[in-house]
Amino acid sequence: MKRFRYARPERLEAALRLLREPGAKALAGGTDLLTELKARTQEPELLVSVQGLQEPGLRGVREDERFVRIGALTTLRELEAHPLVRDKLPILAQAAQTVAMPQIRHVGTVGGNLMQQVRCWYYRHPFVRCWLKGGEECYAEEGLNHRHAIFGTSPCIAVHPSDLAPALIALDAQARVVGPDVEGELALEELYRLPDERSRARTVLGPADLILEILVPKPSEPTRVRGVYLKAMERATWSFAVVSVAARLSFEPGSEGVRARVGDARLVLGGVAGKPWRARDAEAALRGSPLTDEAIERAAEAAVAGAQPRAHNAYKIELTRALVKRALRSLLPP
Amino acid sequence: MAKAVRAEPEPELEVPVPVRGPERGPIKLRVNGEKHELWVEPRRTLLDALRDDLGLTGAKKGCDEGTCGTCTVLLDGKPIYACLRLAIECEGHEITTIEGLAQGGELHPVQRAFIEEDALQCGFCTPGQILSVKALLDENPNPTEEDVRRAVSGNLCRCGAYPHIVRAALRAAKGLAERPGR
Ligand SMILES: Cc1cc2nc3c(=O)[nH]c(=O)nc-3n(C[C@H](O)[C@H](O)[C@H](O)COP(=O)(O)OP(=O)(O)OC[C@H]3O[C@@H](n4cnc5c(N)ncnc54)[C@H](O)[C@@H]3O)c2cc1C
Ligand code: FES
Ligand code: FES
Repeated sequence: MKRFRYARPERLEAALRLLREPGAKALAGGTDLLTELKARTQEPELLVSVQGLQEPGLRGVREDERFVRIGALTTLRELEAHPLVRDKLPILAQAAQTVAMPQIRHVGTVGGNLMQQVRCWYYRHPFVRCWLKGGEECYAEEGLNHRHAIFGTSPCIAVHPSDLAPALIALDAQARVVGPDVEGELALEELYRLPDERSRARTVLGPADLILEILVPKPSEPTRVRGVYLKAMERATWSFAVVSVAARLSFEPGSEGVRARVGDARLVLGGVAGKPWRARDAEAALRGSPLTDEAIERAAEAAVAGAQPRAHNAYKIELTRALVKRALRSLLPP
Repeated sequence: MAKAVRAEPEPELEVPVPVRGPERGPIKLRVNGEKHELWVEPRRTLLDALRDDLGLTGAKKGCDEGTCGTCTVLLDGKPIYACLRLAIECEGHEITTIEGLAQGGELHPVQRAFIEEDALQCGFCTPGQILSVKALLDENPNPTEEDVRRAVSGNLCRCGAYPHIVRAALRAAKGLAERPGR
């Protein structure tokens, strides 16, 4: 680990100012950043701990008329255990429960989870200078790409590892951000981008921008909305998503004996692209018709239609298809 | 989304924020109820501070990157990986290591249960397992087998003592429940 300076401001204004110094980086739980510091994939001059900030709203979960509001410093453990999350946002509770292991969930924060770096073994290797680290080439493209992307076009084919991001995007969440580059509320989906020749960043935030809160809109008719988060893992715990699916459907009132029609649909995939991947064609296939077996088949096909497998990851197509079907079947109204 | 680029010079902050390091400096830690002042760089991890500066070698360094659990300690009663935490970030918190569990020469009931159920072979993972189980029982005195499995899911045991570890945890829970005065 390279040496750095360290500050723990209490006021947001002070944190934002420190973060604008060259080489500054925000530190929350540190569970991702420390692995990067040790592998020297990040070498900041100054770490600005956000753990001392006294700004209201930064910690914990609360609700107002329109939103469930989640502070960026809320830990994953607080999130999975919070009654508001369990009752009102089960997709999110399910996603949080599958993250890592208790030791990481007690420390890792919501903001850090959304902003975490990719786990690609080439990127994480201290001696490999891949494209994402400023090098010339993505070694996964021709190399070991079992865990890499099947969707999206980018010089880097690592997948986004967050479990919370697909769940929150399926919930139409917004991020409240402050900083010199981005300020205000933005749809969480808009936070993410695929790295390109113009910028190798994976989010639209600059180095001095901070997420303060996540706002999840409350459904106007909660009884008509059903959602689920499913995650395919290499083992039952302690595994990043090989593929994950966050699905949320609202059902229109059906008449007696008739299957209710799907009103709105959200289908967001994790583990398959450089950013959380919204399966818009599948969503469109679901809207307006009852959730029959045929509709589910059609949606699953639409979800994988544009997939571009590489030498070692074609299995993800079948896995995605199956997981989408399983998720949708679990949402059939009783 | 509103974009704002601020160009105007900013006023001085009323209270300047101390910036520490990169050289060594004092940091204050509370470990097993005792106060310590260390002289370390901000990049010192809690694990290195415990082992190398305080001589508390019960927390082990297996992987040093959050993938084995041998470095598990309690921060304010919750299990964390000491290898993924800066020591300087632990100021103001209470740290418990395996050395802090026995009281007045008496082993903690979880430690005793591990011995009685033979829940270890080489013992390298054991301090972490015991602390994860202790944290579970503090939060949930009546765990199911599934609760125990989840609680120690972040502690690898390369000797494969898992079935005994689960039995030890359940035995400790039972013992604690039957203790007089509880
Ligand atoms: C062994 C292991 C297994 C894991 N398994 C999973 C898994 O299964 N699923 C999953 O989703 N994740 C997994 N993770 C990742 C884990 O969830 C993250 O490390 C954690 O959530 C990061 O939160 P943190 O507070 O520790 O972030 P930090 O490590 O402190 O920060 C991470 C990044 O986010 C930035 N950042 C932090 N807070 C903010 C903010 N408020 N605004 C803007 N930027 C910010 C930091 O500058 C840094 O770049 C795993 C990690 C490990 C080590
Ligand atoms: S030493 Fe392996 S998790 Fe910390
Ligand atoms: S007893 Fe040897 S690693 Fe667990």
